[in-house]
This record gives sequence, C-alpha cells and structure tokens, in this order.
Amino acid sequence: MTSTPAPAPDPSAPPAKPPFDTVAFLRTWGTTLFLLLLIIGFAAWNPRFLSLRNALNILTEVSIYGVIAVGMTFVILTAGVDLAVGSLLAFAAIAAAWVVQHMGGDLPQWLVALSVASAIGLAAGYAHGKTITWLKVPAFIVTLGGMTIWRGATLILNDGGPISGFDAGYRWWGTGTVLGVPVPVILFALVALAGHVTLRYTRFGRQVYAVGGNAEAARLAGINVKAILISVYVIVGFLAGLSGFLLSARLGSAEAVAGINYELRVIASVVIGGASLSGGAGHIRGTLIGALLIGVLSNGLVIMHVSSYFQQVVIGLIIVAAVAFDAYAKSHRGKV
Amino acid sequence: MALLEARDITKRFPGVVALGGASLRVEPGEVHALLGENGAGKSTLLKILAGAQGSDGGQLTFDGKPLRPDDTPSQRQKAGIVTIYQEFNLQPFLSVAENLYLGREPLRMGLIDHRRMRADARRILDDLGLSLDPDLEVSRLNVADQQMVEIARAMTLQAKLIIMDEPTAALSPREVDILHRTVGTLKARGIAVIYVTHRLKEVKAICDAYTVLRDGRFVSSGQVSDVSIDDMVRLMIGRDVAFLKRPARQVAPTPVLRIEGVSRRRGAHEARGTSLDNISFEVHAGEIVGLAGLVGAGRTDLARVLYGADRKDSGRIQLCGRALDIQSPAQALSAGIALVPEDRKQQGCFLDHSIRHNLSLSGLKALSRPGGFVDEGAERRLVETFRQKLRIRMSSAEAAIGTLSGGNQQKVLLARCMALSPKVLIVDEPTRGIDVGAKADVHQVLFDMASEGMAVIVISSELPEVMAVSDRIIVFREGRITGTLEACAADEETLMALMATGSAPQAPNP
Repeated sequence: MTSTPAPAPDPSAPPAKPPFDTVAFLRTWGTTLFLLLLIIGFAAWNPRFLSLRNALNILTEVSIYGVIAVGMTFVILTAGVDLAVGSLLAFAAIAAAWVVQHMGGDLPQWLVALSVASAIGLAAGYAHGKTITWLKVPAFIVTLGGMTIWRGATLILNDGGPISGFDAGYRWWGTGTVLGVPVPVILFALVALAGHVTLRYTRFGRQVYAVGGNAEAARLAGINVKAILISVYVIVGFLAGLSGFLLSARLGSAEAVAGINYELRVIASVVIGGASLSGGAGHIRGTLIGALLIGVLSNGLVIMHVSSYFQQVVIGLIIVAAVAFDAYAKSHRGKV
Repeated sequence: MALLEARDITKRFPGVVALGGASLRVEPGEVHALLGENGAGKSTLLKILAGAQGSDGGQLTFDGKPLRPDDTPSQRQKAGIVTIYQEFNLQPFLSVAENLYLGREPLRMGLIDHRRMRADARRILDDLGLSLDPDLEVSRLNVADQQMVEIARAMTLQAKLIIMDEPTAALSPREVDILHRTVGTLKARGIAVIYVTHRLKEVKAICDAYTVLRDGRFVSSGQVSDVSIDDMVRLMIGRDVAFLKRPARQVAPTPVLRIEGVSRRRGAHEARGTSLDNISFEVHAGEIVGLAGLVGAGRTDLARVLYGADRKDSGRIQLCGRALDIQSPAQALSAGIALVPEDRKQQGCFLDHSIRHNLSLSGLKALSRPGGFVDEGAERRLVETFRQKLRIRMSSAEAAIGTLSGGNQQKVLLARCMALSPKVLIVDEPTRGIDVGAKADVHQVLFDMASEGMAVIVISSELPEVMAVSDRIIVFREGRITGTLEACAADEETLMALMATGSAPQAPNP
C-alpha cells in the first residue's frame, strides 16, 4: 500500500530443502495408510475378510456408489454439492425398468435400460445445473428439492413397488464377470480413470478447478463459469443414472427405496478423499480411497459382528476426523 | 490538552514499511483533516487508531491516558474512539434502532425493551437533526442514510472522537451537504472528528486543522485557515520518485480502441461502483494511456465495461474500426481485449493453485491438443519463457502462486494476459502494494508491450506512476472525464486539481 523504498527481504527466493514434514506426509497419505491398517486389522481378526469372494464383494458394493462419487468430485471441486443423486439413481433405475417392461420392443433389455437411465440422469443433471446458474438458487437447495422430487417421482411411477423380471443380459451388468472381475468393478475403474484423466489432463478439468478456486477470478480469466457449473451437474447426473442401472442389474429389480442415503455416502467418500467443500482442491485418487475406506469399514464391521447401528456412528466419526485433520494440517502449514 | 496524541507511530508489513514515524494531534471538538496521497499511510494509521491493527512502535495517548497498542476495536470504542469505514459495519436486515444498540440493547426483565430502544434511537436521531424512521430496515436505506446511522451509532457509544474514512466518496453533492451539517452538529456537541478525504475543497469548507502524511511519515500540520488548497497539494506530493523514464515511442495514427459516449448507471443493488457518464476517448497502437483519478472516480468501472465484466447502458466501443458488443470477459479476450484486474488476490489469482496453472489459464485453448488435452510440455515452455521475460522469481512452476510476493504474482497475471497477444491491454493498479524493484519491472513490461504495438491502458492512483508510464493522461472524476493531457505537459498540481475539483487551477504554480 505504500511506495516507501524499503530494503525488502526477498520472499520469493528459493527456500532451503525442507526437512521431512510428518503432518504434510499424513495429509497426503493418511487416509491411504488408514485404509491399509483397516484391511490388515480386519484380516487379522477374521481371515475370511481377505478371501477373494469377500474382496470382490466389497469392490462391487463400492463400485455402485463409487461411480457417483467420481461425478460428485467434479461437483465439489466447483464448491457445489448434489444431494439428489440417491433419489435420481432410484428414479433412473425404475424408469428404465418401467420402459423395459412396458415398451421393450426388439432391442436388448440392457440396451434400452442403460439408454433410458443415462438419458434421465443427463436431463435431470442439466435441469439442476440450469436452475442453479440461471435462477441463482444455491446448489444445496436445488438438489435438496431434487432429492425429494425424484424420490417422489420414483414412488409415483410404480406406486412404490419394485419392478423386476429382467433377462440374463440385463443382469450380467450387475452380476457378471470378465476374467473373474465383476462388471460393475470394471465400469467403476473405467469411470474413475476417465474422471482422473479429465481433471488432470484436460482444459475442462483445469476450468473446473479454477471455477471452484475463485469463481470471480475464473470469470475474469475468460472462463464461461455457468457452462462449467452446468457441466458438472450433468456429469454427476449421468453417473447417478448409470449407477441406478448397475444397482438394478445387480439386485435383479428396480426398487423405489434404492439409493436412500447414497448422497451422504458419496459426499463422505469425496470429503474423506481430501476434497475441500469450498472448492478448488481435491482429486479422483482421493475419492477412490475414500469410497474404498467406507466400503471396507462397512464390510469389516459386519464381519466383526458390529451392529449396523454402530457402524453409522463409526463412519460418522471418521468423516469428521478426516476433515478435522485436514483443517489442522492446513493451519500447521500456515504456521511454518 | 490534546484529546488524541499519536507520536512516531511505526508499522511494518513484510517487505514494506507502511508507517515510518506518523504523528497526529487532535484537540477536543476539532474537525481534523488527515491528508496524503494514496499509499501515504493514512489507512494504516486509521486502523491503528481504531484498534484494528497493532502498531510496532510509537505512543498513543487519548483523553489524558496512554492507549495500549494491542487494544481491540471494541476496547477503543469503549474508550471513546469510533471509526466509520467506507464499508459500513451495519446489519442490513435489522432496523435502524436495532443497529444503534446492537449488543447493548436496553433490557426489561431480561428481554429487549423495544419501546425504550425505539425512543432512545428517536432521541439520538433528533439530536443529530435526522428524520430517519428508527423502525426502518437498514438495507432499505441509501448509502447516505446508512452513513448517518453509523454516525448516530457513534453517538450512542458516547464517542469523543469519530474517525471518518473518505465519508463523501460515495455521496451525491446534496448528501455531502447533509454530512457536512452533521459534522458541524458533532463539533457543536464537543466531539472531535478525524476526516480523511481527497477532496480538498471539503477540507477548506469544514475542517479546522490538518495533518499531512507522506510515505508513512508526518510532514506537517497546522490550521486549515492558514493554507490554500495549492499549499496542501504541494505538501502532499513534495517528493522525488525515481520512476523509469518513458522511452520515446512510435504511436500509430489510427486508433485501435475507440470509446464513444459510454455510460453506465450503477445498479441499486451494487455495493460499490461509480456511474459512468458519457465517456469518450481513443487509444492508439503503441500508446500507453493513463487513467488518473481518485478512488471511485469510475476508472475501474470503465475497465470492467470494456472487458465485458459489467454491461454498459449506452455508447459504442470499436476495436480496429469494428463495432464490438462484448457480453463477457471470454468474448473480450477472444476479441483481443485483456484485463489485469484491480484486486490481485480476489479477482486475479487462484492462490492455492500452481503458478503454471495460474499463468496458462486464459490461453489453454492455444495449448490444447485435439480432445481438449492440455499440452503440458508447451505449457511448461510458456511458463519458462515468461519467467525469463518478466523476471518472475519463483522456486518452481509447481509452487502455489500464493507463496509468491505481490510483485511476482502480478507478473504472473500480466503473463497470463500477454500470452494471448491482445490488441488492447488494460492494467488496473498494476503496482499496488508491490515493492519498488518489482514496480520498475512491471513498468518495463508495459513499455515493451507498447513498443510491440499493443494499445495499453494503465489505471493508477499514484500520480508519479501515471506520469511516468503514460503518453497521454485522461483524468476521471465522479464518472466523467475532466481533462486530457499529454504526459509531457502534465504536472501533479494540475492533475490533482482535475482529480479533486474537476477544473485546473487558475494560476499554475511555477
């Protein structure tokens, strides 16, 4: 603020090589270490935990909501949130099943269902994004509304009942394997890879980070902020639709109560993975670890015969602890 | 005995000395003008008096008692020093009366006694000669009335000294009159006022005494009646700043940018900003045009309109002879107009993101392969080119831009614009808050770009800077152009007069 000529020490001079920083190390690798410790712990408790069957079972469970968590990473990077994903998943699944049942035609069931579920996800995501940017309603409110709307629509569509009776081709998407790997796991891997590459290596990815880091600066840097915001809700919507398709294929029926509380599990995955709810920081690798952590924990606690009520308490504690540690690490960095 | 005595106050920030011995002596019931150019240290001194910032050295005495340097703002308020900032400190959705007694509401059986609060508020407002309704929600008041609520609040706090920071910056002439009358009322009640303003006519009209700061130091003080406006201007400037001399430049005869009759009314919901009234000028290839003016003169508002960050209401903008209708910064950039915004941290940088990502952001299209993949090799080469060209001092391109000094951050933002090779570059306060060496570097960059044929617009509140870098200086005051001068023919007195009063002094000083 002043033009006083003062001999200023140069703050940009390259610093000496810093000593090993435990806090910074734990900030990057803490959740991964914790995940490994959990796996070792559960395996020591009960060797069945590490059996191939159980491992694949965990991975398949994780894949269903992990697919959405990849999309949620994009949303949270822009400092947004999508609470509607669980309901949207159910609606896309039941609408797809309804179309298969009532106007199937000659096309394969899975193709019809996949197309319908994806299309519904894309359209709903676009509607969310457009409402957020155009009417300037906060994402929390728009998707809170969406959460109720899509759940209601799901119940209306088949009077609250499930739709089942899919053929083998449909069910393969949820229960089949390729070279021993369950199909949902393969799809999750592909989606996560695509998400990682997009965020890390593309212009769009850079713009997502920029919008979340500082929306005003992003606009002044020539980024179409509204288009980016709409895109991320379209992405998460599409992936919620895809997840709905996978879940109904796995269960063999589209349930009106499917995906309840998924939004929380998905958001928790992203946040445990180190993403900041205020936007601009986070990555798919972290989300992957976060999603696995929740999956391993749920499964491991079951194997340890911990009640499902108690599981919720544990998962809640871990979410808060992860974020608290991140906040502590940030202030620690500020002090050095 | 003086009401307030500040002696040899010093304050250092990393890299700069904001105050290097500032002194101020205010008598009871006196209206005291605190004068100085932008960057002279007025704001820092005010913050120290208000308790918003601690001082590093010096003594403060108030009402016969020494003040502790680590007082909080509320402790200073209790002592009787109340500060009214440009950004008001009101709760917009509470009523006038609730704001006046916020945190000190009169109670009856443990509950807020609304009747008494309203009556007390009414009495205070009457006392100030104000006809405001105490039940009105503050958000529904205009700026001038909100300021009156602030003053009334100071009265409820039993203030002995009220500090007003640029109180008339956002007021219309009629509202200024009302404020001046209110200041008169305060004075009649024995309350002292420290009045910070750039408008020297106001100083002559309502202030008793003055103190001038320059470069963070006390320069002089005295009675306003003993000095002329010209004297005050001389006291405020009186320094030699060795800026780089402007090299002789080849200015093309045809304008690159032509602005004709641009007007914009500030929207009712906008917290800050100045309405623009019929702005017209041209900028040629290879020319640096400096926009001089006080804070809030409308220069930034014009820059935002040119860049598509705000909409204009009327007027035409032509670029290289073609009419432009720019709706967004994205369109401005693709048309060839770039802006380095005023507020580096809030509007320019992504502080947690790397230098590389910050630098390339606007030009990613040119760095992309088919499919939208960023060519990181080309990106790193771009960063390296600008690191050398602009002498950006950084340990690594992967470090967060927030770890750089202000000057180096500014260079990264300049590089972001330069990478696009725009036809018109607008830089808003390019050297605010950066040290002298980096200032010279930034100026050199602007010279280089102009000599490469770019049309450059520089907005700066530092007159020596405007005079050093510009070929032509356009002076803004309250949203209008009050004068255009060739830089070689401009002197600080004339510019200051055009900025502060809108007309050049009758008898130019030798």
